[in-house]
Amino acid sequence: MKILEMNHIHKSFGDLEVIKDISLSVAEGEILSIIGPSGSGKSTILRCATMLETINGGEILYMGEKAAYTDNNGNVIYAKGDKAKKINSNFGLVFQNFNLFPHYSVMKNITDAPIHVQKRDKTEVFNQARELLEKMGLLDKADYYPCQLSGGQQQRVSIARALCMNPKILFFDEPTSALDPELTLEILKVIRDLAKEHMTMVIVTHEMNFAKEVSNRIIFMEKGVIVEETTPDKMFNSDNERTKAFLGKYHNMG
Amino acid sequence: MSFSTMLMQLSSGMVKTTGIFFWTIILSLPLGLFVSFGRMSKNPALKNIVKVYISVMRGTPLMLQLMMVYYFPYLLFGMNIRTFRFPAIIIGFTINYAAYFAEIFRSGIESMPVGQYEAAKLLGYSKSQTFMKIILPQVIKRILPSITNEVITLVKDTSLAFSLSYMEMFTVAKQIVAKDATFTPFIVAAIFYYVFNFIVASVMEHFEKKLSYYR
Ligand SMILES: Nc1ncnc2c1ncn2[C@@H]1O[C@H](COP(=O)(O)OP(=O)(O)OP(=O)(O)O)[C@@H](O)[C@H]1O
Ligand SMILES: [Mg+2]
Repeated sequence: MKILEMNHIHKSFGDLEVIKDISLSVAEGEILSIIGPSGSGKSTILRCATMLETINGGEILYMGEKAAYTDNNGNVIYAKGDKAKKINSNFGLVFQNFNLFPHYSVMKNITDAPIHVQKRDKTEVFNQARELLEKMGLLDKADYYPCQLSGGQQQRVSIARALCMNPKILFFDEPTSALDPELTLEILKVIRDLAKEHMTMVIVTHEMNFAKEVSNRIIFMEKGVIVEETTPDKMFNSDNERTKAFLGKYHNMG
Repeated sequence: MSFSTMLMQLSSGMVKTTGIFFWTIILSLPLGLFVSFGRMSKNPALKNIVKVYISVMRGTPLMLQLMMVYYFPYLLFGMNIRTFRFPAIIIGFTINYAAYFAEIFRSGIESMPVGQYEAAKLLGYSKSQTFMKIILPQVIKRILPSITNEVITLVKDTSLAFSLSYMEMFTVAKQIVAKDATFTPFIVAAIFYYVFNFIVASVMEHFEKKLSYYR
């Protein structure tokens, strides 16, 4: 079962075409990593997938349902109203800079949307939130405010917040690049644990070794196109000159 | 006039001053919020109308505005305006302060990082939920010091109601001074305004402290 399908996506900012006819799909339980140089459009494709940006062409499907498509006149039509709400409940996004709500406690950050948006039972939501916090090693921080936490802890809260919505797929946009090396390890461990539970994930990352280890499939993007899409092993032994050049650079940076 | 009669008259002025103050605050803060929405509107016509309104309110004397509001119904419709004095004062103060508050709200709302909106959107919050639950509480914290400044100015500005001969604190004090050739009412008035503002500042400081649990 495909959770996400993106077909022939185009995205421009003014005259600058940032995504040039990209197609990708993610099956249930799959972990897809997206790598590529700065400015290649990795964040943009995630932002298109999560409806933070509107596409200029192509179609986006979640669970086979059209979230956006291009009609015969070339206009992009987005799902609206209840249908859009239902589609949007399929995915969550973990931001590079967390974007926690600073005026809410850790617990409220996690539980407020499930209770007031999804209208779920309070006790059930609180139980799930406590489980998630326990998994993140943050149970003792439930009543803290984001400003009282380290970056790594804040990122774990933001992952718990996304998970408590029970998404079918979770997107990560460089979840560790705002963090120190030690804190990065904390987050990578959390994602690794999610991988063990077969959480469907799309991860944009600069952590090449991590991408190699955790993903089923890796996409290498450059200048708005997919240069190569393959398994981690093949990617890291690629014959493609551009892939080699990019990965080589990382290797040397080491 | 005995000191106690003087105090009696002055205290009735204090009550009226306090009335102007509270009515203006209660009405101009929400109005200011709505004006700020207009000011930030994507509709260029609405946006420009609001811009002109704000610049006129800030660019002309409040005293003149009060007079214009007061005489407006008479000059235009020949209405009897004798009972219109108090409403005119409240309307005048409210539309003036709403303009200032609107600019404060706008700066606060525009200073909010876009990531807060995006996180809220991803969690499925509706536009109004996002504003009421996520954005506005943080905006209030950010703008509280500027609001405090305006509120303190308002306490002193209430004395401008003397221009419509409304019997608030300052008008009363001035009358007694003129009639009895004594300076005491001015001193009482000064103490009153000072204490009033002292209380206002303490209350606002209390709010700021209450909101200092996060950064
Ligand atoms: N809102 C925007 N307006 C205009 N241009 C934008 C906008 N967002 C992104 N871009 C441009 O689109 C291109 C792709 O940006 P994007 O953020 O997707 O790159 P990225 O692959 O995520 O890079 P990085 O690794 O640095 O995060 C860049 O040239 C960027 O300047
Ligand atoms: Mg990026």
